[in-house]
Amino acid sequence: MQASVIVFPGSNCDRDVAVCLEAATGKKPNMVWHGDSDLPDSDVIVLPGGFSYGDYLRCGSMAANSPIMKEVVLKAQKGAAVLGICNGFQVLTECGLLPGVLMRNAALNFVCRNTHLVINNNSTPFTGQYQQGEEVVIPVAHNEGNYFADDATLDELAGEGRIVLSYAPDDNPNGACKNIAGICDASGRVLGMMPHPERRAETALGGEDGKRIFTGLVEALS
Amino acid sequence: MKATVKITLKHGVLDPQGKAIEKSLGQLGFTGVNDVRQGKLIELDIDADTPEEAEKQITEMCEKLLANTVIENYDIQLNPAD
Repeated sequence: MQASVIVFPGSNCDRDVAVCLEAATGKKPNMVWHGDSDLPDSDVIVLPGGFSYGDYLRCGSMAANSPIMKEVVLKAQKGAAVLGICNGFQVLTECGLLPGVLMRNAALNFVCRNTHLVINNNSTPFTGQYQQGEEVVIPVAHNEGNYFADDATLDELAGEGRIVLSYAPDDNPNGACKNIAGICDASGRVLGMMPHPERRAETALGGEDGKRIFTGLVEALS
Repeated sequence: MKATVKITLKHGVLDPQGKAIEKSLGQLGFTGVNDVRQGKLIELDIDADTPEEAEKQITEMCEKLLANTVIENYDIQLNPAD
């Protein structure tokens, strides 16, 4: 399985996620610069966390319009799995691959801590190694993670099982609607999530709850 | 041609920054502030022969980049005299 990581100016979790992808796939992922217009064939494309373009205008808005994103959207439409983590989730909503928007945290604070998450849907290529309803601990680190969409969109997401990850009811760090921590598109192959699985993928990091996102992808796509 | 684009959060969308400003104003002794909403102002200088053409271009800019229409409204003010 070949993975690619898109690197924007201001990405800062690109190398961490590359380590996780290499551990899971046994192959170094392609690191693809945002200004490139060629994206090598990839089974999975990761938009990493960070502060692309300094979060200018709105988080993810500049990155969503960078040359490489046209290719990412095309590859997604052809069936590549796309994982957006934190800033990557913001980019996915800004480029239209996922609905809604990530607003400023309700308490106006940057939140950097572990969160308890519930796996609501284990039938996506990302979550196959978790139990349905399993609670896991994965950290968040963001200032704009407050997921918002209109009621019709929220009902659609909930009805179609597309709220893949939610914060445990008493552990919503940012005011997100319906405690949303991560959603997928209608195909299930594009996932955006605010928590950072790459920051909890080795015992040395405090736990391995995030690792199964990557090993699960390998199992699902190989 | 110069133009300004005012971007505001849609009615009903929580504006935590506006709320924080409102609270601070209250702490400074400004009573009677009923609501505060924070937005953005973007100034543009663009090539356009007519105001209609300018408005068409800027509308497209707003839809594609300047505003996120899921949560934001935009209002375009043209200043043809500038």
